Amino acid sequence: MKKGRAWKYGNDVNTDVIFPGKYTYAVMEPEEMVRHALEDLDPGFADKVQPGDVIVAGKNFGCGSSREQAATCLKCAGVQAVIAKSFARIFYRNAINQGLPVIQSVEAAEAIQQGEEVAIDFQKGEIIAEDKKVFSFPSFPDFVLGILEAGGLIPYTKKKLSKKRSF
Amino acid sequence: MGQTFSEKILSQKAGREVRAGDVVTISPDYVLTHDNSAAIIKEFQKLGIQKVRCPQKIVIVLDHVVPASTEKYAQNHKSIREFVSAQGISHFYDVHNGICHQVFSEEGFAMPGTLVLGADSHTTSYGAFGVFSAGIGRSEAASVWATEKIWLRVPETLKIVLDGQLPKDVYAKDIILKIIGDEGADRANYRAVEFSGDGAEGMSLASRLVLANMAAEMGAKNGYFPPDEKTFDFLKDRAKGIYQPVYSDPDADYEDILEYDLSTIEPQVACPHTVDNVKPVTAVAGTAFHQAVIGTCTNGRFEDLKVTADILRGKTVASSVRVLVIPASRTEYLKALHAGFLEDLVRSGCIILNPGCGPCLGAHQGVLAPGEVALSTANRNFRGRMGSRDSEIYLASPATVAASVIQGKITDPRGSQ
Ligand code: SF4
Repeated sequence: MKKGRAWKYGNDVNTDVIFPGKYTYAVMEPEEMVRHALEDLDPGFADKVQPGDVIVAGKNFGCGSSREQAATCLKCAGVQAVIAKSFARIFYRNAINQGLPVIQSVEAAEAIQQGEEVAIDFQKGEIIAEDKKVFSFPSFPDFVLGILEAGGLIPYTKKKLSKKRSF
Repeated sequence: MGQTFSEKILSQKAGREVRAGDVVTISPDYVLTHDNSAAIIKEFQKLGIQKVRCPQKIVIVLDHVVPASTEKYAQNHKSIREFVSAQGISHFYDVHNGICHQVFSEEGFAMPGTLVLGADSHTTSYGAFGVFSAGIGRSEAASVWATEKIWLRVPETLKIVLDGQLPKDVYAKDIILKIIGDEGADRANYRAVEFSGDGAEGMSLASRLVLANMAAEMGAKNGYFPPDEKTFDFLKDRAKGIYQPVYSDPDADYEDILEYDLSTIEPQVACPHTVDNVKPVTAVAGTAFHQAVIGTCTNGRFEDLKVTADILRGKTVASSVRVLVIPASRTEYLKALHAGFLEDLVRSGCIILNPGCGPCLGAHQGVLAPGEVALSTANRNFRGRMGSRDSEIYLASPATVAASVIQGKITDPRGSQ
């Protein structure tokens, strides 16, 4: 289980502040994307984020546009999961399709504080925070686990296509 | 128990009876992409296959940064054109056509009872024609190009009943802003939104498009208006195929039902920096701004340009503001041109831009400097969307924007015509 620190934000964190619209149609390399991650919300994030860190947010995380880079830039920054009270639909899909786990848990989103150490057990469906606080979440359906394990929809589809199985 | 529109159409597509909450694997009728096709092509190329599976289902419209403003955008467009010709994609609309959602509708792809996916969040628009249409991400679009399949969760449905008639100078935009302001930006998260009632029936297709388009700003997966004679008439000479409308059963199960009396709605303004920060125009009247935008996939159609011209005809735009008018498509541009509206607007001091997304996404054609304020008919006012992160965007109907540009301050449009 990877451990990381929590980066805590509020409600309605939209895709424009996660990854600014002015960069979306200029195709960018992953390292360049990471430099703009959360640029308009928390200008210190991109410099200090460590692999394994977790984003903890309020309701409707990722609302706004369908830009996939909002999930990609967090994934490339090494974020191991986003925990929120709720997610906007397209962000939820995009995150899974980019291999970035998204966990809906009102309790965890409320209790976990900025900078707190967090570990996640995806098999058991548990978030373990400091002071032995444990929050359970429903584990992912098989096809979602499959996509997450493959590292995203593209590698997952590639694997399927190469096996020439129809799905 | 009966089924909602969304349950019914997804049951048809899945070949078994499904209910809200079920997950289905389906094959869409069309997949729409725009300038982001360049990025989607890159994803597609990672899949290790040469050919898309269903070129006839792929629709590509270049609209976001048209004509290209930088070498990078130009390169993107070039790679899309090359892909289109190599793959034999015939439904390709180059930079001179207009905004994808308008072009898709005008070209007759949006047919009742069909299922459309688009790599754009406002793909919800085609609900105006009784289509199940939802936004997807880029890798999903690449995967659909390759496999013709996608997973979807069957949405719960929020029904919104619109009764009565709007007062004079109040428009479709005011209805949807009012609803989003009352209900919040995540009210319809993961859900379908069905609009019904005599108010919905009385609406033009252009007005229905405004509501279905902005259903996305309530978090909706798809919007829906029951198709009727207006829909069928519009499609008469343009439908791309034979279609079968789908309607909700009278005893369908709704997550919730909201009712709005249209006669009580006032002009509304969404204030910075969220679409649900909505106030009646009277509460923000007098707010000064620097740039106005009349256009976008929300409000750039003939009826919007007509309202704008009717208010601005013979008047002059305040010297403190610049007004950008962008017809949503070449077709709407021509209609407004023939009607003389564009001449009226140019005489008033407006700048007419070529059909496309224009400054809506802050990439070109009028971006905002720090400290500047915009008043726009678009669907989003997020921080930094139209340029500097220190600029502000207010959203309103074309009538409110038109009345406001004469004063250079946000102005109640009532009584301006
Ligand atoms: S006009 Fe604006 S909201 Fe509509 S498709 Fe273009 S960028 Fe998106």
